[in-house]
Amino acid sequence: MSVQAARDLRRRGHLRLDATIAGAATVVGPFEAQGPLGHLFDRVVQEELCGENSYERAERCLMRKAVELLLDHSGASAAEVDLLVAGDLLDQITTTNFAARDLGMPLLGVYSACATTSESLLLAGLAVTAGSAGSAVAATASHHLSAERQYRYPLELGVQRVPTAQWTATGGAAFLLGSGGDGSARIVAATVGEVQDYGLKDPNNMGAAMAPAAADTILRHLRARGQTSRDYDLILTGDLARAGLPLLGELLAEEREHPGHRLQDAGVLLYAESQDVHAGGSGAVCSALVLGSLVLPRLRRGEMRRALLVATGSLHSPRSYQQGESIPSVAHAVELEAIV
Amino acid sequence: MEPKEYRQRVQRLEQPRPVARNALWAFVVGGGICLIGQVVQSGLMAVGYNEETVRAPTAIIMVFLGAAGTALGFYDQLAKIGGMGANLPITGFSNAVVAPAMEFKQEGPIMGTGARIFQVAGPVIAYGLLAAFVVGIVRYALVGATP
Repeated sequence: MSVQAARDLRRRGHLRLDATIAGAATVVGPFEAQGPLGHLFDRVVQEELCGENSYERAERCLMRKAVELLLDHSGASAAEVDLLVAGDLLDQITTTNFAARDLGMPLLGVYSACATTSESLLLAGLAVTAGSAGSAVAATASHHLSAERQYRYPLELGVQRVPTAQWTATGGAAFLLGSGGDGSARIVAATVGEVQDYGLKDPNNMGAAMAPAAADTILRHLRARGQTSRDYDLILTGDLARAGLPLLGELLAEEREHPGHRLQDAGVLLYAESQDVHAGGSGAVCSALVLGSLVLPRLRRGEMRRALLVATGSLHSPRSYQQGESIPSVAHAVELEAIV
Repeated sequence: MEPKEYRQRVQRLEQPRPVARNALWAFVVGGGICLIGQVVQSGLMAVGYNEETVRAPTAIIMVFLGAAGTALGFYDQLAKIGGMGANLPITGFSNAVVAPAMEFKQEGPIMGTGARIFQVAGPVIAYGLLAAFVVGIVRYALVGATP
């Protein structure tokens, strides 16, 4: 292999981007509002149904509300948005497709389970960097009860959860990306994740299944950028939770990366231990809620200089699990820099 | 780290389930349900049912209690604490039928509730019938038809 080819391989999946996050909006359910970040969200819906008659519709309502709130905050209209990149967890990403029906924006629907936040930011950032979109919205939503219906058991069925199980977050989040100008942070680079599968099969321990994907993406990103974890104030994984985060620490330590307290997980931050969510939060919106409510404001205020969002997704389906297959997972990284 | 080594590490680090506490609560909850069942049975016998005839009405009342607890959103909380202690008695079977019936109401009476009411209890019914059939054959082979 030539030297040139070796260099290209090391930079595989790595993208240099130049987009500004001009605004963010977060909407959460009542349970998330009781968590440690409760006071930081933009809006709380007072009931799980969001005024609808099914939890699937409620999830759409959350995505729609987040995008509408974002436009409201930013003083923009739907007609001024060139592109909506969004995704969710439900079959055929119905939340996204049905919400976009009401929003009236050109839509790219994406799916990478709970890695959707960084995938949609990455794609929206790419469109803005390329100049093909003047402004783009990245959005995601998930709902605890619609996810339970799809992935697990009927809501009223008596089931005992295991300690490694996670709690799908209820909420919607949206981010407005533009080129230059004012904003809370800049997206300067991203690394597209490679699907990893270490042969784990337990959907009640998704953190362990996803940690190798997060490790691979973080290491590839750092190498492509010539950085170490010490160049970051925060490396935020999506939803490895209390079961997966220590495993990621070990995988990184093996490659001589010791991020220490810089490495945090949105699933751990979103809920208090007293909320009985077992290992922590999960869901497509989990990392987006922490990004919008905690990370972006800190970057804007200059309390942080550089952060890496590494949203992680378990790519199994109830059917693949029932057929005895292991859980493939992916993580996409988006590097955020404070605007001077 | 090799996938195999990683899987072993995951198993080693996995937080153990609180087996002793779970077993204790299963005993308390399961025992409590059985105690209620005993009270119901004794009550029925006091009003004239005998050992033979009391079984069906007791089961019917317990199934009703399980269904009512499910509909009121109380049974899943009980099972969260009691685990198998809440799942195993007939009230748990009732919960396993009523919960999907409620759940899939949104998909309509035919493709929803009708098609999926036995989603959880289905295997119990299917293999219960199969086991009864096998036991019946074995009994027939051993002692022949009952006169």
